[in-house]
Parts: sequence; structure tokens; C-alpha cells
Amino acid sequence: MTYHWDFYTVMQSFDLLVWGVWTTFLYTVGSIAIGVVVGAASCYARISRFWWLRLISRSYQELFRCTPLLVQILWAYYALPMLLGISISNATAGLLTLSLYVGSFYAEIFRGGILAIDKGQREASAAIGMSGLQSMRYVILPQAVKNMLPAFINQSVIQLKNTSLLYAISIAELTYMTSVVTSETYRPLEAYSLAAVLYFAMLFPLTQVADHFERRMRRSD
Amino acid sequence: MTNSAVISVTGLGKSFGKLEVLRGIDLDLMPGEVLGVIGPSGSGKSTLIRCLNMMEVPSSGTIRFKGREVSPRFRGRGEAIGTGELRRKVGMVFQHFNLFPHLTVLANVTAGPIKVLGEPRGEVEARAMDLLGQVGLADKARAYPAHLSGGQKQRVAIARALAMRPEVLLLDEVTSALDPELVGEVLAVIRRLADTGMTMVLVTHEMGFAADVASRVLFMEGGRIAEQGSAEDILRKPESERLRAFLARFHA
Ligand SMILES: Nc1ncnc2c1ncn2[C@@H]1O[C@H](COP(=O)(O)OP(=O)(O)OP(=O)(O)O)[C@@H](O)[C@H]1O
Ligand SMILES: [Mg+2]
Repeated sequence: MTYHWDFYTVMQSFDLLVWGVWTTFLYTVGSIAIGVVVGAASCYARISRFWWLRLISRSYQELFRCTPLLVQILWAYYALPMLLGISISNATAGLLTLSLYVGSFYAEIFRGGILAIDKGQREASAAIGMSGLQSMRYVILPQAVKNMLPAFINQSVIQLKNTSLLYAISIAELTYMTSVVTSETYRPLEAYSLAAVLYFAMLFPLTQVADHFERRMRRSD
Repeated sequence: MTNSAVISVTGLGKSFGKLEVLRGIDLDLMPGEVLGVIGPSGSGKSTLIRCLNMMEVPSSGTIRFKGREVSPRFRGRGEAIGTGELRRKVGMVFQHFNLFPHLTVLANVTAGPIKVLGEPRGEVEARAMDLLGQVGLADKARAYPAHLSGGQKQRVAIARALAMRPEVLLLDEVTSALDPELVGEVLAVIRRLADTGMTMVLVTHEMGFAADVASRVLFMEGGRIAEQGSAEDILRKPESERLRAFLARFHA
């Protein structure tokens, strides 16, 4: 059997896919931005001297790391509103879940990067009178960020792919829009192939950047 | 006597869990004094010197800086001096240098005065260059620590501590991590500091050097000051059998 490829029909609906790409991009950037803030806060809590902060942070991280993201998304959209007795839009539920999910991974990436810095650095900065915050800002973080970068980018690549799960709550990201195009054109092979190409085009440059930093790190060791 | 001491320690004790590392240390450090601290490994020398700038928080006893009680908090309360202010006035140099690898030599030296003291960059850099000149490293100002030898790193570390214009300098075995041929250049810098009247506490295994620059020497053992006196008395006319045995190992 030979399949008769027909990209022409699918291309008629290309604007829908572009819309999907744009939505995917927005959810990725938005959830990464919020995730960085949440991750930094959670990381800070985990290395704090207050046991209850450490406990809260740890619980949050394990909760989000040890349950499937799809379940979290469905839970936030369908179950959480029932629990709180308020309505939550799919956009809010989706963005919130993605952010908290990636934040739990970022937190551990940040913590690993900070703990990898020799404790002599902390001591040397303290010895010239720096406060904990100054030491973090001028001495620890500038060194830690370089260590964290490859893992951070890798997690962000995964994050972009994870936005496809928003399909389940009808958010108009790329996967969802592809299904719309498919049902309009009856051309699933072309539509999903095109979607794959679009995902690839977004992610390939990112993975190259991650590799670049990883190589550079290995060289500087 | 106590009231003119720069740092005054009374009844200092320090334990790590069940391990008692310092017991009942009393000590007055006078202005301009160079105090040598010697003793076997594990006797508490590092712990003692690290208590002096609150890098270790004592388990008991008090430490006073110019009469003000030292608090283990960054900001002191009332009369007490916090660790932030204390460490601006009591500098420390480490065995393993601990230079900031992401900063140039110059930026290592200027970081404290600029970020901590809030002094203007231009002024600080001029002073830093002067200090680097004094330790013989003016030509390395733009280099990164990774490109320096151990001896050069340690001289930068000394310049970094001096840039804060400290009243006391704490040095913990600052030549122990160096190749033998690099020890001399660092000791020369310290000797010059001693000549300028810098108050220093110097933990060292270099007995000859201690004899040379220290005005007083403490022999520590088991977390106590086992013997103390002038460098001459301690190093050339030791009283206790333990000290004699300890010194014998170095002369051998
Ligand atoms: N942070 C710590 N936690 C637990 N034990 C410690 C800690 N720091 C030091 N000790 C212990 O305290 C004792 C004294 O250590 P310290 O480093 O003060 O000795 P030292 O006289 O400087 O020895 P050395 O000549 O080997 O440097 C040692 O038994 C050491 O293992
Ligand atoms: Mg020691």
C-alpha cells in the first residue's frame, strides 16, 4: 500500500498550528518563569535552618516529583475546584500545575548547584564580613549558576514537551491544535508529523545550548 | 591588662557533639602582638583561631573584642558586636586560600571593601593595587586564581584580608598546603606584616618561623593551653616532657 501524502490540505489550517506553537511557547515560558521563583524559594527553604521550612519544602517537592504530571493537571482542573468550592479556569489550572511541577525539579537543581560549591567559599566570604545574602549573591551563586545550567536547560526542554499534556484539559497548545486540525482535515499522519517537526524545531536549538555549556564545564574542570 | 587587649577570651569551651575540643581557654591578645600557636594535630588550634572570628560558635565562655562581647549573630544587639562587624576588623587567611575562582585577583581583593564596606571602587582599586604590589603580585591583578601558583594564591589571600584594613589577622597554617619551595615567599610577606606592627594569631608547624616572628607562643594539647611564654622560652627551653617530645619531632 502506498500512502498518498497530502500536506496541502493540512497547510490550509497551518494558522491553527502556529497558534498552537505560540500557546505552547507562552505556557512554557510562563511556567518556567514562575517555576524559577517557586524553585528558588523551595531551595532556599530546604537549606534554611528552620526544620519546619525544610519539611514544608521537602513535602512539596516529593509530592510533585512522585505523582504523574497528567494526574496533577486533571486533579487541579477537576478535583481542586470541588475541594475549594470555586471555579478554576483550565488556563489557571494548567499554568499553576506546570509551574509547581517544574519548580520542584528546579529546586533540587539549584540546591545541588549550591551544595557543590566548596564550603571554603562560604567561609572566605564570611571572613571578609559578608552576610549570608551577600555571600550567596557575590560568591556562591555566580559559581553555582554555571554548574546548574545544563541540568536547568534539560529540565526546561522537558517542560516544553510536558505542555502537550495540557491537551487533556483542552488548552489550545500545539498538540491540542493538531488534534483540531486532524479532525478538520482527516489527515492525522500529516498533521502529527508536522507537529513533531515543529516541536523539534523549537527544542533542538535548546539542547544544543545545553550541550555547549556542558562541554564548556567539563573543559574548565 | 584585660582592658587594653584587642581580643580577650575567658573560659572558652567548644564541643562538637560529645567531643570536647576546647576546654577553659583564657587568652588576651595585645595590640601589635604576634601570637604563635603550636601543638599536635587535633589539639584544637584551628578551632581556637576559628572561634576568634566566630567561624565556630563557642559552646561556653566569652570572647571580647576591644571590651565588647562578641555575639554569634551577624548583627550584634546593644553593646555586643556581631560577626559582621567583628570580621571586618578581624581578618582570616586559610590553609587552602579559598580565593574566589570566578573573580580576578584584583576583584578578589576589592570585593570586601566594595561590597561590605561600601567604599568607592576607584579608591579601593588603587589601594588594592598597592597591596598587590606589597605582596609582589601587581602584575597578576587581571589574572584569575586558577592561573596562579599556590604561593601566589596565598599572597593574594593575604592581600584580600588586608584590604579590609583589619586590626587583627588570623592565619591558620597558611603554608601547609604549599610546595616547600613556595613557603618562603609567603613567610616573607607575613614577616613584613609583623614588622609593621600588625596584630596576628599564627597557627603554624613552622617552628623556626614561629621562633622568629612570634612575640609569644602557645603550646596547645588536648584542647587546653598546656604551656605558654616567649618564643624563646617555649621553643628553646620547653618545660614539660610533652612539649619537648613535640618539638623533638620537628627538629628530627
Ligand atoms: N566541624 C567539626 N565537627 C566535628 N569535629 C570537628 C570539627 N572541627 C574539628 N573537629 C574535631 O576537633 C578536634 C580539633 O580539631 P582542630 O582542627 O581544631 O585541630 P588542630 O589542632 O587544628 O589540628 P591540625 O593540626 O590537624 O590542623 C579534632 O579531633 C577534629 O576532628
Ligand atoms: Mg588545624
